[in-house]
Amino acid sequence: MSTVDASNNTVLTAAEAGRPVRVIPTNRTGSAFKKAENRAAYLFLLPWLAGIVLITALPMLASLYLSFTNYAVIGFPTWIGLDNYVRLFTSDRRFITSIWVTLKYVGFSVPLVLLFSLTIAAVLNRGLRGLAIYRSLFYVPSLIGASVGIGLLWKEVFGERGVVNDILGWFGIAGRGWINNPTFALPSVITLNVWTFGASMVIFLAALRQIPESYYEAASIDGANAWQRFRRITLPLITPVIFFNTVLLLINSFQSFTQAFVVSNGRGGPVDATLLYSLYLYQQAFQQLQMGYASAMAWILLIAIGLATALMFWSSRYWVFYGDR
Amino acid sequence: MATAKTYDPELLQAQRRRRETRRLLRGVGLHLLLIAILGVMLYPVIWMVFSAFRPEAEIFGDMGFIPTTWTLDNFIRGWQLYGNLTFTQFYINSFVLCALAIVGNLIACSMAAYAFARLEFRGKWFLFAIMLGTMMLPIHVQLIPQYIFFLNIGWVNTILPLIVPKFLAHDAFFIFLMVQFMRSLPSELEQAAVVDGASYWQRYWRIILPLSMPALATTAVFTFINTYNDFFSQLIYLTDTDRMTVPVALRLFLDPSGGASSFGGLFAMVLVSIGPVLGFFLASQRLLTKGIATQGFK
Repeated sequence: MSTVDASNNTVLTAAEAGRPVRVIPTNRTGSAFKKAENRAAYLFLLPWLAGIVLITALPMLASLYLSFTNYAVIGFPTWIGLDNYVRLFTSDRRFITSIWVTLKYVGFSVPLVLLFSLTIAAVLNRGLRGLAIYRSLFYVPSLIGASVGIGLLWKEVFGERGVVNDILGWFGIAGRGWINNPTFALPSVITLNVWTFGASMVIFLAALRQIPESYYEAASIDGANAWQRFRRITLPLITPVIFFNTVLLLINSFQSFTQAFVVSNGRGGPVDATLLYSLYLYQQAFQQLQMGYASAMAWILLIAIGLATALMFWSSRYWVFYGDR
Repeated sequence: MATAKTYDPELLQAQRRRRETRRLLRGVGLHLLLIAILGVMLYPVIWMVFSAFRPEAEIFGDMGFIPTTWTLDNFIRGWQLYGNLTFTQFYINSFVLCALAIVGNLIACSMAAYAFARLEFRGKWFLFAIMLGTMMLPIHVQLIPQYIFFLNIGWVNTILPLIVPKFLAHDAFFIFLMVQFMRSLPSELEQAAVVDGASYWQRYWRIILPLSMPALATTAVFTFINTYNDFFSQLIYLTDTDRMTVPVALRLFLDPSGGASSFGGLFAMVLVSIGPVLGFFLASQRLLTKGIATQGFK
């Protein structure tokens, strides 16, 4: 690129561009450049592209195929059409149970996480001292909450002789084994999920700090009280972040597995009270070795998550406010 | 009618003083509220810490919140899970897995991110959309055929099924994170390198990667935390006792017939198991803030 054919090139003078003379390439050399850049880009993308084909797309297609077959790892899959899907919805009571358990789990934990994370973030955003320390401490449960260790701890905390009953004992309330009780087992697992609201809180906090102070000052002059300022300024301005957090939480909690597995020792008990969808899928695939049946479950999950996400995006038109964009 | 009063300087000052006291009181109130909430939230963890240092017999007794006698017995007993199989092996397995996962994610995701963020190529937006889409895919739709495939090529009970996907940039979230960061870098430095005749690889390796340190550090930290905590895939792929990682081994505490039925040992090992995550977070917090601080100069 050292020789420049002036007739074909646009040369910017230093004064025009405000920086050293730069040459915008001609069409011919430009396309050569483009070709080189194209090739380079695909070389950089090679690992990812290989991954997309080999560990995402092909397995997905294989899983779709398996969902129409009967396959128990040994031998070959036999084609049975829609039988797996029909069986799931018509004659598998545990499958229906697992759907209900998952819907309850998602339906309670997502709103609760949003409520807690937004409230604490709003409180922290009021210019308190020690913001960084509070933020870290509230974030700690999110770091460890998904681990097997904390699942084991929770089993004891909500057990018959655990901390929950100690605290209830101070108020003279006789405790019980929460985690072994069909009514309270799922709420105990939901509590564990809500306990990890810190991750959403950090995102909310970052968003709250972006709101210009002048908006609140103007509102105060107009006589708006704290609640009105929150309701009319904060809330509308962070709807995009509420939307983002909700989608993230929905996708994650639909797939929750570890904690239900740990507190029920992989069984989903007592009486299937903690049989989350992923847990039932795991049982079918890796304990019963019903690979075709479990693949059908996986595709139903994919469709459910896709629908939930699509619903969120559709509804966002009515409640998400994108400022002046 | 009140206008005459508001101009009275003494009254104005008294009013201001009262408002300030109220604000101070409210500040104290908020602090107390936050500390109370944190206390309730972290109480189970603190209870576990104390229980880990208590003699086994005292854990569920009414012996007060803070142990009267401190002991390390639980740690010694818990560490020895089965006969000659100790947590030493499980921690080595976990750390090797995490280290390789970090290397894989850093290399593969940053390469893909460089292409998306700094290069123009045919089909860019189509591929970018696919990349975003894969972030929403539940792992379950890939898991079963992957498992069958890895089983057939003899990779079950090795860490390869857990590592190879990282070297193929399977964690799209980190690609996205790095793309966002690399896009924000000024183009002048890279243009200067072009003038000096640097290849694409040199531009990526010598200019963009060093400037992307904060994003790389974030990726490393979160890859560590996610991989270390991950249970599902490790449960499926690592079943031999000597291949087990920490979470898979901790699970054995659930088995009442196993050698590890002591609560003290359980609490001690849970405490040790969350240590690395907390340590990594504390250490990286400084690194991350420093990353953000050095970002500030531009």
